[in-house]
Amino acid sequence: MAYSLTLENITKLFGRQLVFKNINYHFEAGKTYGFAGSNGSGKSTLTKIIAGVLAPNKGKVIHKTNDSNIPPEKLHEYIGFVSPYLILYDEFTALENLLYFASIRGIKFDEERTKHLFNLFKLYNRRNDLLKGFSSGMKQRMKYIFALQHNPKLLLLDEPTSNLDEEGKEKVYEIIKLEEEKNVVIVASNEKKDLELCADILEVENYK
Amino acid sequence: MRKAYSVFKKDWQSELRTRYAINALAMFILVTISVILFSVGDEPVTNYLTGGLFWVVIFFSAMSGLSRVFVSEEERGTTLTLQLIAAPVTVFFGKLIFNLILVFLMIISITILYAMLFDNFVIQNLSLFFVALFLGGIGIAISSTLIAAIIAKANTKGTLYPVLSFPILLPLILTLLELTKFSMDGETFLFSWTYLAILVSYDVIMLTAGFMLFDFIWKE
Repeated sequence: MAYSLTLENITKLFGRQLVFKNINYHFEAGKTYGFAGSNGSGKSTLTKIIAGVLAPNKGKVIHKTNDSNIPPEKLHEYIGFVSPYLILYDEFTALENLLYFASIRGIKFDEERTKHLFNLFKLYNRRNDLLKGFSSGMKQRMKYIFALQHNPKLLLLDEPTSNLDEEGKEKVYEIIKLEEEKNVVIVASNEKKDLELCADILEVENYK
Repeated sequence: MRKAYSVFKKDWQSELRTRYAINALAMFILVTISVILFSVGDEPVTNYLTGGLFWVVIFFSAMSGLSRVFVSEEERGTTLTLQLIAAPVTVFFGKLIFNLILVFLMIISITILYAMLFDNFVIQNLSLFFVALFLGGIGIAISSTLIAAIIAKANTKGTLYPVLSFPILLPLILTLLELTKFSMDGETFLFSWTYLAILVSYDVIMLTAGFMLFDFIWKE
């Protein structure tokens, strides 16, 4: 199932403040792409627009699978998203969070995959603990499990290594390399090391 | 609809653990009814006045608790998570089921307390009163859910919610006041038909508006 993403003349303003204009870009599965730029350049804004949670002022985001457009109401089935401003439900345990996410997404809860992801991010022994007791690094690792739970075709990683220790960072780089083989991976970051993994880099500041 | 039910289940479980809305609603109901009882004292209260005050308690109790359904997501910062896992229509119906349960719990408790505490709260036509409560409850839940989604991102949520809800709920409350009066007088369904039709129309219009507009409200 080949997935592709196209940005057509994407323009975003907050009030009268222009964030970026006329971004045209095409993303194909099999590559990792980077969004670079200084703080406030609009990397996160562009990531949110691609995820469909923020509307652009002008332009279109076209998600395709097998040459047919993915309807907006189905988009969440194809996207995995990680960012520091993504917050999961603190009042639930790690496992409960994933069980609810699966049922709200309308997918079967895959116990094997969940176990694999918990082990991968070293959270298996903490799966029955409430998220409010997790450290910021553990919460960041939990976000990766959330993003990968449903085998997404597009992995959007905004500041992918924030709050992570060296071991966690290496794990994220491994996942990026693994995911880029069959899916589209987009990394929005200021970190040189994060961007080194990207085959193509879109400088958001060039679209002012 | 199964996905919407999952959103509701998540919210209900979360509510049982955090008591975000239920405590606020319960306290508000108790405080408002107590204030009415203290202010009335030994003065005789007419049948119609108790009916009017009944809907005042329901309106303000609804304003104290029903916005939580979206405000709690916004305050905890989990709105983005929900946007990433569900289509807007799923979220709207999930939150609506949650608010419907809250509204009916609220209406049942207020009705029981009222029947126990106010001697003059006498309903002659009980079936008409219950039909009005049922249709009115649905209307309050739909409107409150939609308005809660609108105000959740505002800085002045607490003030904005009753202010924005008042004009939208006014036609509903006025119709319900009339129907309460009719049920106190023991009027028939045939006599009250026009008002019942208004309630049904209000519910259908608000549900359609919610279904069509929620996508725009939900997306930043």
